[in-house]
Amino acid sequence: MANIAKPVYDSANRASPALAELREIKNYRYLLGQLIRRDILTRYKRSFLGVAWTMLNPLGTMLILSIVFSNLFNAVQPYPVYILSGLIVWNFFSQSTNAAISGLVWGGGMLTRIYIPPTIFGVSAIGTALVNLLLSIVPLILVMLVTGAVIPWTIVFLPVSILIVTGFALGFGLIISSLAVFFPDVSEMYQIVLTAWMYLTPIIYPETIIPENWLAFYRLNPMYWMVKMFRLPIFDGRIPTWAELWPALVWSVLTLVIGWLFFTSKTDEYAYRV
Amino acid sequence: MPTVSELNAPRAEIVAEPIILLDDVSVHYRIPSERIGSIKEYAIRVLQRKVKYRKFSALNKVSLTVNRGEVFGIIGNNGAGKSTMLKVISKVLRPNQGCVRVWGKIAPLLELGAGFHPELSGRENIFLNGALLGYGKHEMESVFDEIVEFSELGNFIEAPIRTYSSGMSARLGFAVATAHIPEILILDEILSVGDEAFQKKSRDRLQNFQKQGATVIMVSHGLDSMIAMCDRLVWLDHGSVRMIGEPVEVVAAYRGENL
Repeated sequence: MANIAKPVYDSANRASPALAELREIKNYRYLLGQLIRRDILTRYKRSFLGVAWTMLNPLGTMLILSIVFSNLFNAVQPYPVYILSGLIVWNFFSQSTNAAISGLVWGGGMLTRIYIPPTIFGVSAIGTALVNLLLSIVPLILVMLVTGAVIPWTIVFLPVSILIVTGFALGFGLIISSLAVFFPDVSEMYQIVLTAWMYLTPIIYPETIIPENWLAFYRLNPMYWMVKMFRLPIFDGRIPTWAELWPALVWSVLTLVIGWLFFTSKTDEYAYRV
Repeated sequence: MPTVSELNAPRAEIVAEPIILLDDVSVHYRIPSERIGSIKEYAIRVLQRKVKYRKFSALNKVSLTVNRGEVFGIIGNNGAGKSTMLKVISKVLRPNQGCVRVWGKIAPLLELGAGFHPELSGRENIFLNGALLGYGKHEMESVFDEIVEFSELGNFIEAPIRTYSSGMSARLGFAVATAHIPEILILDEILSVGDEAFQKKSRDRLQNFQKQGATVIMVSHGLDSMIAMCDRLVWLDHGSVRMIGEPVEVVAAYRGENL
């Protein structure tokens, strides 16, 4: 009476959790789309302007920062374009990692009831943030036109920059959300870390004000490279050189691989812990 | 509704082909003796080798087989491991010891409509909930009309779920979860959805699944309905199997000890 057919599910047979999880994400790609759709539709569902807020938000922040700091940093012109090009990448990173945390905490309730691949919450958080990133390029171009800046041809490099920062944000989001499940304090602590991190990254101030002997320290910051790689083709109108690009690329690949391996090594524990 | 004797009669399509196999399965929850909430505290404790856990066995060396087409019931007191067993079978928990093998697709009817989003319409939630249950786009599109009809929501299907009564969203949850005939259906005390008419309708649907050869694993505290519906019962006691066999005998033994 032994069943010799291959079982659909066998708890003892699993070569590598990291690979198995990749396969599950492929099987659950429809859920991935549904989660992204849900997050985009519901965020502004009751507001009158709806998705337009995705574009108005960075625009408002940019406006305030421009008014406050434009005299201080009048060396960078046009300052609004400078801020906005950095702010968009930063928002993408902070939104997606925060959404990865809240997604896994929400999904935790589901994970104890039905089977869902747990990485789907981190991946869908990135998907949602990517849509928002693309939408916020619209106000960036508007601001460029209004301030009279030329739109350089080098913006065709942006997809490469977006791809690299996506890898970094996904890997980082997986690590931080996994930690937040095991230590609830992490998500609170992370908000403070994010604020400090933002001011340590040249987003609202020009790189030229960084003291010479601090520059080595700044270069250890992965977001320094991410912002630079995104801003160069927009603001400076040139493609990043290899020396400017490889640190971002290395950070991205390493963080993604480590994040995926770390998160999936704990997949069995989430249903026990969240 | 079929009579009790009809339901108890062995059904022809049952062949002894295992569809679920639990071999020496144990599930332990590690409960920290003290609550450790921060990394700093955790790091200090690890360095001091002071992280102490109490081990709590929710399932203890359970071995059993469920055959294709069978209606298999699980009974036991609260905390006996019934829900844990359902979770181990439906891939939610991976056992710490032993192995689970399943030869079919599982439809979990646990906590109906748990993934509904209040701001989305009924229509949007049908697709979201179906996706959470592991179905694809075409699978959901093909049963959409049928779900709307079964859940009796009519024009409400375009309204956000937050405007629904609790009965309405429970009906929708049941309709989505049972839209496809599953190979294995997992039921955890959910036969009390909606009003009496809807309960009858949902019971009929589940019986129809059984007739079509679906395997059903169910947990309920209603012992009489378990005798009426199940082909075999297992009695769990503190995570261990006390008895497996004919529903009437297992319930009699269980009642003998607990009443």
